[in-house]
Amino acid sequence: MSRASDNAPRGPHAAGVSTTLPSPLTSPESRDDAADLPFRPRGPVSAAVLAHLVGGSATAHTALADAAVAASPDIERDDDLQLALFALYASSYGAFDALRPDLEWDPSLIATRRVIEAAFERSLRASVAVPELPAPTADAVARALFELTGAESGPSLSRHLARKATLDQAHEFLVQRTVYTLREADPHSWAIPRLTGRPKAALVEIQSDEYGGGRPDRVHATLFARAVRAAGLSDHYGAYLDDVPAVTLASHNTMSMFGLNLRLLGAIVGHLAAFEMTSSIPNRLYAEGLRRLGFGDDVCEYFDEHVEADAVHEQIAGRDLAGGLAEDRPELLADIFFGAAACLEVDARVGQHMLGAWASGSSSLRGEEER
Amino acid sequence: MRDEPVTITAYPDGPLLVRGDAAIRTSDGEEVARTRRTVALCRCGLSSIKPYCDGTHKASGFRTDD
Repeated sequence: MSRASDNAPRGPHAAGVSTTLPSPLTSPESRDDAADLPFRPRGPVSAAVLAHLVGGSATAHTALADAAVAASPDIERDDDLQLALFALYASSYGAFDALRPDLEWDPSLIATRRVIEAAFERSLRASVAVPELPAPTADAVARALFELTGAESGPSLSRHLARKATLDQAHEFLVQRTVYTLREADPHSWAIPRLTGRPKAALVEIQSDEYGGGRPDRVHATLFARAVRAAGLSDHYGAYLDDVPAVTLASHNTMSMFGLNLRLLGAIVGHLAAFEMTSSIPNRLYAEGLRRLGFGDDVCEYFDEHVEADAVHEQIAGRDLAGGLAEDRPELLADIFFGAAACLEVDARVGQHMLGAWASGSSSLRGEEER
Repeated sequence: MRDEPVTITAYPDGPLLVRGDAAIRTSDGEEVARTRRTVALCRCGLSSIKPYCDGTHKASGFRTDD
């Protein structure tokens, strides 16, 4: 992410800026302890977690989380629990200055994180269909991952963007992407010290490219920040957090949970492989759609870059990273495929949410009445 | 990196990955811009960004013999 960059939108794009898009809240009268946080709680658990992380005084969030997890009909779509988990992970990423760094390892916050994570992981394992496992060889694993990720799975967000999306929908698409992409690649970097040998070298080869190969202006998160500014949006991290639904938070939380838990090492590796394998062709379609709507190279460069980059990354991720890990540690094979299938499932939900909202003539972003 | 030998690795049903300091030239001898350390060269002939791979081989069912 580019904290140092100009956070103010650079002005309307030639194609015109959506009038329906919410802008970040900056009203001075709403300032309190959480004044510097660009988002608001969505229920009792996220309120208690944020009060602790920002104010520094312990609150009853673990008991609240226990109760909320037991009562939630679907944790994967639960705004309050997904936002609480997002905030707990944000504390480890250092995503927001308002979250106190000395509380990253606070035992009660970790306890709450584990309560939510345990339920979230249980739910994901129940809702995600894992394919039949291949032999634990690099070749078989790479082929099986390409097969899994190549299967057609319903309506496609990228094809909609390419051919039909309106300007407002393109802006919403960029807004939904800011949660992950302004910090692109970070969730998978947690795995680097947990790997050795061939899979470690493969992950670093991919991440080095994600982080610009030594050139700060080529860091993918920086390219995306440039794209959203050029589209007339804010690149301030979290500026649109209040606007995105639980499924978007759940997509990010899935990779953070996989990345931050050693026991889920196979899952974060499988997640990255699936993520890379479903990227180059969609990104070409996104760029096509954005150009159709009148956006220039300053917006499209990020997407163009990913057509070429991810065609490289998907090969390394499938064969050398996931395949290499399965050869070294066959006991992780099942989780490699769980992580890959989870990536496809949670990201498909975000796409379905957007397409569903647009098909019914509404916005994919949260309205005032949902806040 | 400059003293390392260049390697070209074939990935089954996919591109050739080039690692190391190789210059890639067009038929006219023009050097092709290279913005990353590891690049993937199209092997199926269908890429929209040749000589680089854009992943299209997956949609076309391109198969290699390995």
